[in-house]
Amino acid sequence: MEYNWNWSILFEEQYLNWLISGFGWTVSVALSAWCIAIVIGALVGVGKTVPNKVIRGICATYVEIFRNVPLLVQMFIWYFAVPEMLPDDWGRWMKRDMPNPEFVTAVVALGLYTASRIAEQVRAGIETVPPGLTAAATAHGLSVGQTYRYVLLPISFRMIVPPLTSEFLTVFKNSSLALTIGLLELTAQSQQIAEYTFQGFEAFTAATVIYVCIALVATVLMQLLEKYTRIPGYVGKEG
Amino acid sequence: MQLKKTFLTAIVALGFSAPVALAEAHGGTLAKIASSGEIVIGHRESSVPFAYLDENQQPVGYSIDLCMKIVDAVAEELDQELTVRYVPVNPKTRIALMANGTIDLECGSTTNNLTRQQQVEYLPVTFVTGTKILTRKDSGINSVADLDGKVVAVAQGTTNERALLAAVEAAGLDVKILPVRDIAEGMLSLETDRVDAYTSDHILLHGAVTKSKSPEDFVVVGDFLSFDPYALMVRRDDSAFELVGKKALAEVFRSGEINAIYAQWFDPLGVPADPLLLAAFQLGALPE
Amino acid sequence: MADFDFNVIWSSLPFLWQGLQLSLWLTFLSIIGGIVLGTLLALARLSGILPLSLIAATYVNLIRSVPLILVIFWFFFLVPLAIGRPIGSFYSALIAFVLFEAAYYSEIMRAGIQSVKQGQVHAGQSTGLNYWQIQRYVVLPQAFRNMIPILVTQGIILFQDTSLVFVVSLRDFMTASSIVARTEGRLVEMYLFAAVVYFVICFSGSMLVRSLKSRMST
Repeated sequence: MEYNWNWSILFEEQYLNWLISGFGWTVSVALSAWCIAIVIGALVGVGKTVPNKVIRGICATYVEIFRNVPLLVQMFIWYFAVPEMLPDDWGRWMKRDMPNPEFVTAVVALGLYTASRIAEQVRAGIETVPPGLTAAATAHGLSVGQTYRYVLLPISFRMIVPPLTSEFLTVFKNSSLALTIGLLELTAQSQQIAEYTFQGFEAFTAATVIYVCIALVATVLMQLLEKYTRIPGYVGKEG
Repeated sequence: MQLKKTFLTAIVALGFSAPVALAEAHGGTLAKIASSGEIVIGHRESSVPFAYLDENQQPVGYSIDLCMKIVDAVAEELDQELTVRYVPVNPKTRIALMANGTIDLECGSTTNNLTRQQQVEYLPVTFVTGTKILTRKDSGINSVADLDGKVVAVAQGTTNERALLAAVEAAGLDVKILPVRDIAEGMLSLETDRVDAYTSDHILLHGAVTKSKSPEDFVVVGDFLSFDPYALMVRRDDSAFELVGKKALAEVFRSGEINAIYAQWFDPLGVPADPLLLAAFQLGALPE
Repeated sequence: MADFDFNVIWSSLPFLWQGLQLSLWLTFLSIIGGIVLGTLLALARLSGILPLSLIAATYVNLIRSVPLILVIFWFFFLVPLAIGRPIGSFYSALIAFVLFEAAYYSEIMRAGIQSVKQGQVHAGQSTGLNYWQIQRYVVLPQAFRNMIPILVTQGIILFQDTSLVFVVSLRDFMTASSIVARTEGRLVEMYLFAAVVYFVICFSGSMLVRSLKSRMST
């Protein structure tokens, strides 16, 4: 194989700046989408366990739709199709006047998709709470809302921290799909460097190393959170 | 080593009469094509009229026709039937896929420049164009200077991208760039009002407008921001294959067949051959 | 707001069907390859041989922290350079998927192997089977059986992942839909249609998983 290695290109100002900016977009997309995903995922996940059939049905439908369509298709629908389905001035707002359309679209698409996966974790978490506790809460005269507020949610949210770690890592990886709608995040920037310098190995290695570092940091953070939220006596029951 | 020597002696002994052995002596792309019986063509999907998909999603166009001449010449050189395999490429992938051997011949709308020649080689020039701006007639954009504060789409990995960035920087303008994948996506972003202008090669903009649903809404404006001589791309350091390509094109240029091929693809667009291009054809028509 | 024309789907069905076949074929081969390699990785990781388990663990964790698109880029552009000959876009994609998904399948198989009770292994040992025989005849069949629903679920995810070959223009169902959407200027219709097709296939898959699960728990 003939290949002229040249690692120094990664430290040339222009390309280093590209990598840094790509890293910035990757982290921004992932964290913003994560916030949306946590909120909606928690609501939908709880919704799937409530006694009300209509709410349960709506939430179950949400999960099935968003889980069974590839993220790339969802991204394209939000970016290419939705603005055309809306009234003209709304569509125009989405495409032009909205600040940073590519970024916002990527965050919404990734957030809603990830929410469907988090919802499943939340539901599973709630269902692992022994039914005796719910019964005891009802016997104490707690309403459904109170049962969730004081019994089910505090326990289940602390139990689902470990499975959420892997979802948290996934959101960073999935943020790379934003490149398909023109957001120059980390993967796109590394490809652009490969294209400008013809040093593909170096460029992709740089991106790979950065992703691995992100994963390591994210894992450590989640492990700290896990330690902090662990319920004494409950450990081991899950796994 | 010993084997190779014997092999070479054998070829010399045969007086270069056996075509297959000849092909293998060439090494490189010809040998690869001879042993697989297949030539891999990288083509663009929306470079009207150079290489794009027809209604049956088959690649057609000016560059494709010229490439077919080269395929015929290769088949003749190797004296064997060849199957053609098409691999779609885009501006971001074409050079890497040529350099790494995935495609043997790139038939699209690729500018021949010296930076790229570090990675790939080109056959003689087959078209001459340059970067311009496509916009809506009512946009009020007439040149680069009017792009201040506007959103402009440009395909990633093209010479247009660099030309636009350079022009914008030179004029000190504030332009938001939307990177797109290819001409179809660029045109789409203009048609759906996502951007105010789309920058690409003049002829490609012309082709894209002709194919659009409302050609009368768009206009190509401004001076040329770059000089883009197009050429078919081949692998670097493979003079044997390159020669077959050059010979085939020289024959097309010399015989005047080029005029018919040109007319077939460019007359519908109303683009007569530029004197510069005609000169390029003449210069490419090397004698045997 | 544009008027919609769903006829475009009907007229481009043959082309879309070709794309879907590529998607399904890529999925099928990647599942097989991913499970085989993933099982080997899981065995290596649980083998108790330090260098072997270390290599397997590093591989799995490395792949699991990198986006699939980046892995596809690696294999599409750089592997032909590294091995010195082209392997074609489909095979580049296939290798990328097998190596990527193997990391995920190996975690599933590891859990599966660990779900087999130690008593089974001891029973195998007492009947004179060696390590590989125990894995081959006792542990893996049960691990595999226990994990079938999760393996199928991962298969559905894999099918969705194949849409990412769009980034290298390989003509799967997603790319085919995109081509039609763009050349015909029918974005809304084509992307909604693509969503429906993916949904029907993946939803049927998850129904299958559900019925497998309930059959296994009884």
